[in-house]
Amino acid sequence: MEIKDLIQLRGEWMRGEGPDADIVISSRIRLARNLAQFPFLSRADDGVRGEIERTLHQNVVELALGGQLTYFDINQLEGIDRQFLVERQLISRELAESHGSRGVCFTRQENVSLMVNEEDHLRIQVLHCGFELDSCWREISRIDDLLEDRVNYAFDEELGYLTACPTNVGTGIRVSVLMHLPALVLTKEIQKVFQALQKISLAVRGLYGEGSQAMGDFYQISNQITLGNSEEQLLKKLKDVVPNIISYERKVRQALVKESRQALHDKVSRAYGTLKSAQSISSEETMHLLSSVRMGVNLGLIDDLPIPTVNELFMHTQPAHLQKLRNSSLDSADRNAARASYLRQRLSSPQPGDQN
Amino acid sequence: MSKCNRCPKVATLHITELMKGEAHEVHLCEECAQSYLQNSAGENAPAAGPGGLIKSTSGLGEAELEALEKLVCPTCKTTFREFRSQGRLGCAHCYSAFREELLPLLENIHGDTHHCGKFPKRAPDDSQKRYQLIKLRNDLRLAVAEESYEEAARLRDQIHELESRTTSEASE
Repeated sequence: MEIKDLIQLRGEWMRGEGPDADIVISSRIRLARNLAQFPFLSRADDGVRGEIERTLHQNVVELALGGQLTYFDINQLEGIDRQFLVERQLISRELAESHGSRGVCFTRQENVSLMVNEEDHLRIQVLHCGFELDSCWREISRIDDLLEDRVNYAFDEELGYLTACPTNVGTGIRVSVLMHLPALVLTKEIQKVFQALQKISLAVRGLYGEGSQAMGDFYQISNQITLGNSEEQLLKKLKDVVPNIISYERKVRQALVKESRQALHDKVSRAYGTLKSAQSISSEETMHLLSSVRMGVNLGLIDDLPIPTVNELFMHTQPAHLQKLRNSSLDSADRNAARASYLRQRLSSPQPGDQN
Repeated sequence: MSKCNRCPKVATLHITELMKGEAHEVHLCEECAQSYLQNSAGENAPAAGPGGLIKSTSGLGEAELEALEKLVCPTCKTTFREFRSQGRLGCAHCYSAFREELLPLLENIHGDTHHCGKFPKRAPDDSQKRYQLIKLRNDLRLAVAEESYEEAARLRDQIHELESRTTSEASE
């Protein structure tokens, strides 16, 4: 499979189904692992990085993960293709932006990805749609077991799985849930949520993880600590707290509908109207408006747009996806025009003049 | 998970700053974030990116820095000072080499110092041998950097030999 083939496909996690999918976009777990016989990457020169990459490449592509696997040598990809994989949540920004031998292996459904030579030798990721942490954990633990049959992990009886950064040592796990919280943002209640989460050492991040901004009212909630709690305990922490945030968001949405239905309906309809008719639009504004539209669909204020389409628009209007769809490299101004044209085409009955 | 840009704690606040139209990321723990937010915007902000990390060693005196320099992992030659300024360990053996210094840090980050969770079902092979492999690879790296090619060739052979012994044992 090549990058251009991916654009025709949709990650299984973007179906917009699963428990609480109106608010929880996806559940994700990642494990950090290192090979015992190699130094961590800060002490690996090009030769050793290459050896690590070859060892893991060889082993991951042979894993029985149910179906066809794709492996990309990130070093051989152009910048726009790396960005494309970031937008698709298949690789991290860190992997896209680093240097030397590194790669990613993923399943056709895009539920599983294995990054080689990121901060650690191996980062395994499993992504499911909706609020589904248990199934993520079962799947990722199985993949971890399969790999463990083939390679020796760096492990210490007292400290657990050893990682390049001591903030990941122990379980090496990050459990995270991607939530869409427009009503809490609109009413500024979100600050209270942040403070409460911080107290129980859960971290809040933007759409693309570490250091990214919160765009389109999307937030990732994840565990901060990795040592001293079992994987199940860390999972439970999120399983306990996320339902509270879900019901908080729902409660605020209902209050908005009840107390200011007209204003809310107006906001949602204007957002929808702008997306349907703009001639030039930035990705930031698109995210912002799509967020209102997504909430409008979930509240029944918009009834002619399915959620999977909204989810797809979030992804397809991002810079690398847009350029791949247009099959050409575009500067920022051209992208804004192309984005508006793409949105008009997708949100109305197709018109001949819209195709460009 | 990222480390606070100003001290060894875990960053809980992730700030994206706009300076001259460019986005810069700052990761801070709660304490450092407080002082960061109190300082007038931008002036005292740490520069983002790997090169611009505020060194957590910056508050230390000459003698203390020297002491950190002398703590060296015997396997990969990473000094504790390097770890403190970069936030990354050099190899698995660093965890043993710096254990005494790392434990309070782990306690601070995780509130615990004992792993409780999954472990590899297969007993890990002799750790000494693994450390030796890492050490040989590090020596090889240095030998290549110094252009001592004979030494490098000798090390390469040693790695191959040890590696093949490890592999044959693993498949038994």
